[in-house]
Amino acid sequence: MTITSQPSADGRELTIAISGRFDFNAHQAFRDAYQRQDVTPERYVVDLQGATYLDSSALGMLLLLRDHAGGDEADVRLLNCNADVRKILSVSNFEQLFVIA
Amino acid sequence: MRLTILIAEDSPVDRMLLSTIIARQGHHVLTAGDGLEAVALYERERPQLVLMDALMPLMDGFEAARRIKSLAGDELVPIIFLTSLSENQALVRCLEAGGDDFIVKPYNPVILEAKIKAMHRLRRLQATVVEQRDLIARRNQQLLDEQRAAKAIFDKVAHAGCLGAPNIRYRQSPRALFNGDLLLAAQSPTGQMFVLLGDFTGHGLPAAIGAMPLAETFYGMTAKGYAAKDILRELNAKLKQILPVEMFCCATLLDINLTQGVLNVWNGGLPDGYLIRPDGERVALVSRHLPLGVLAPGAFDAHFESHPLKLGDRLLLLSDGVVESSNARDELFGEQRLLAVLDANHDAKRLFDEIEEALLAFHGQLRDDLSLVEVDLSEKMAALQLPLSFGAPKEGRPADWSGRFELRAASLRAGNPLPLLLQVLLQVHQLRPRAGAVYAVLVELYSNALEHGVLGLDSALKRDAAGFARYYEARSERLAALVDGYIRLELDIQCDAAGGRLRIGIQDSGAGFDVERALGEARGVECLRGRGLQLIRQLSDGFAWQADGRGLSVEFRWSAQA
Repeated sequence: MTITSQPSADGRELTIAISGRFDFNAHQAFRDAYQRQDVTPERYVVDLQGATYLDSSALGMLLLLRDHAGGDEADVRLLNCNADVRKILSVSNFEQLFVIA
Repeated sequence: MRLTILIAEDSPVDRMLLSTIIARQGHHVLTAGDGLEAVALYERERPQLVLMDALMPLMDGFEAARRIKSLAGDELVPIIFLTSLSENQALVRCLEAGGDDFIVKPYNPVILEAKIKAMHRLRRLQATVVEQRDLIARRNQQLLDEQRAAKAIFDKVAHAGCLGAPNIRYRQSPRALFNGDLLLAAQSPTGQMFVLLGDFTGHGLPAAIGAMPLAETFYGMTAKGYAAKDILRELNAKLKQILPVEMFCCATLLDINLTQGVLNVWNGGLPDGYLIRPDGERVALVSRHLPLGVLAPGAFDAHFESHPLKLGDRLLLLSDGVVESSNARDELFGEQRLLAVLDANHDAKRLFDEIEEALLAFHGQLRDDLSLVEVDLSEKMAALQLPLSFGAPKEGRPADWSGRFELRAASLRAGNPLPLLLQVLLQVHQLRPRAGAVYAVLVELYSNALEHGVLGLDSALKRDAAGFARYYEARSERLAALVDGYIRLELDIQCDAAGGRLRIGIQDSGAGFDVERALGEARGVECLRGRGLQLIRQLSDGFAWQADGRGLSVEFRWSAQA
């Protein structure tokens, strides 16, 4: 599992890319990724291109990010979900909270 | 660093020489002239390090080393062999006998001191490892004891309901609570059964703590007659309030109403459950909502899906541990395998076993992180006596009062007022043994007045599955749009020395109906309105109606206890 974060050129968007299993072990790394002190993004993108699996604590981490990004006003997009990941997100109806593509 | 060091050496000269070197380095010295003496001295004095000659009379160094090592147990007592042997084979023997190092004669004090220091470091390392191992073992035992105690407390709460009912089968490991799984079942005063399967994110104590208020609220509100929707809202609000942001509870709540032939389902985040017909046809109970504890009360959607329910149907719920569990080869059990088991089933009574067998075959062992529950509706559920626990006076007091309630549009929209009314009625002690019947009658009267009277719904709609869904959709739509209309309820209690009676009167703003005909139809085709009226007649001691069908009146009577 690796997690990287990359701000956009104008600093207004932060892309967090996750590869491998996105589970409880990613907790600290994921927090560190969105709590970067050097940027204050308005939008967040979680790129799940390389994520093979999501467990329920990963869903919890996404809720933490959403909370960090402003709760109901948060702009968080989950991109490049494979079929398995999408299924997990949809069973929990997370499309009500995040833009999923 | 002052150590007690045992020197075992049969040559007095060598012994003296070594003793002097070691004592000069600041250690306390014990000496033995042969292996037997060395072992005896070790037992008595427990030195921290041994310098051992290999070849000695009575017992050689190899045997003495083996015995000392075995006496030392978990403690590391480094043994350094003193040897003039130089063939490799002999040196290997020293190490195989449990020696930790060796030093070749003649002794070099600097090397000797360095070796003693190195061995002392090893010794401390070993001591730390043993200490930490023991600490972990103690803590783990403590944790298990605490979990056992916590589970015993929780079981008292969780099994307050009807999990033990003969028509419920479930599989949950004793560790389920600490895996975040939760299963609750209870019968409401009206005879509905509520079943809740929940799965908290995370494991261990946090999940278990979250489960506690959930169970309490579920059982408390069910016993008081609250509707599934109200209970669910409360559960969500409570969890939202107490759980940290990243924690939530995936859950399915079943509201099983055999009397009205309705299953209401709310699924937020659990895998599909199934309603299984006697002919094997399956209706998936799909997750349509976010899990409990995610949304604020204002945004929470407590909309239940309704399905027709008949005797002989079966309900199956499972936690995601079932489909997401993987075996030693890292394959997921998956939905397909589960569906294959369901498809292959011929004897419905064997279904539960077949699923368990398939899981066992797949994993090769029983797993402790999955929950499975089946409700068998092949027989009518036995009516339940209301627990007589919620704080009413024990002694019957004379009662002589009446009360009138008029519920107008806004209140009708807002939800079910009956639990509150029941609490008022249960202050009349004599009614308590019949609380279930009284409540069931209140519910029938109220839903009859609301659905057919105020909302003007035709129960004939409920004849088939599609109509059924239409009926409940129309009910929510019309209720949401309601601006005019009322239901008037009158409760009248009279007691005297001989006994007493409760009279419940109800009137609504609807067009009225032909009570006589509805009662007649109840026996023939499936007229649900008639069925409700029949139930009222069976449960009460007197049933009368106004000619225009807009008002009904029901009596419960009792005689004074001897």
